[in-house]
Amino acid sequence: MLAIDLVATMFLAAGAFFMIIGTAGLLRFPDFYTRLHATGKCDTLGQILIIVGCMTYEGLSFITIKLIFVSAFYLLVGPTGTHALMKAAYASGLPVWRKGDKRM
Amino acid sequence: MLAACRFGGRATRGCDGEMTAMKKESMAFSIALTFCVMFAFWMLLSAWTVYLLEPYDLLKVSSRGILAALIVSFLTYEIFVPSRGENVLLKIRRLIPYIGWELWQIYLATIDVTKRVLGILPVDPRIIEFDTTLRSDFALVTFANSITLTPGTITIDIEPEKGRYIVHAIAKEPAESLTVDQTMQKKVGHVFMEE
Repeated sequence: MLAIDLVATMFLAAGAFFMIIGTAGLLRFPDFYTRLHATGKCDTLGQILIIVGCMTYEGLSFITIKLIFVSAFYLLVGPTGTHALMKAAYASGLPVWRKGDKRM
Repeated sequence: MLAACRFGGRATRGCDGEMTAMKKESMAFSIALTFCVMFAFWMLLSAWTVYLLEPYDLLKVSSRGILAALIVSFLTYEIFVPSRGENVLLKIRRLIPYIGWELWQIYLATIDVTKRVLGILPVDPRIIEFDTTLRSDFALVTFANSITLTPGTITIDIEPEKGRYIVHAIAKEPAESLTVDQTMQKKVGHVFMEE
């Protein structure tokens, strides 16, 4: 039981780490597009790692199956949402930051 | 699966006259298939409540699930089972290793962004455009989502007629992996047989 708890904790900690990195990127990157890179990618992996941690903790049960559905749904929805935000920004003519420009 | 439901059903109607009998048969098959999948889904999500109840309540509770599955399958069978599919089983078999590869790419993408956040790799964004050989809706959507999930690139827009993608890349190397190497185009083209 202790070993399972340890593995679950490691998954949860890794997930939390990537979420924190995503937030740091959101604050640190220079413009809207690059900020979406940070949040869109780190959140997908962070969320999935947290769900896997929950699955390890719970063991094999019906709750595990629900969590698998949640993570599969997240894999489809995460990139789609990022893409929708990106397209809206691009269509409204938000300029792209180039190397050497001032932060936006 | 959800994307397939949403994008597979664009051209389900279109045959007429002599094909009515065949259509009816395939309609019954579609409804039956959708019902089976939906009821299995319902069982997975709420069978534990059935398990906890007394045996005489079982029929009462699962009748609720059967009713819900019936309603859903009559509403959605047309988009759940696309009538125009060719080699569906082969495509699904090719899709499974691709999903595994994609999960590995998600891991690499996050490591890549982490390095850029921590300042180890440079941030040098640019917008690129390129053409692909993909045409069907499902292939286009799969490739767009794959671009967003792989290191350093996000899809901005697609022109479906030409298979053209507009992509925002965070640095030079991720942009070149799409325009020069084209490994992912080839993989997706192999899966959907649109090379």
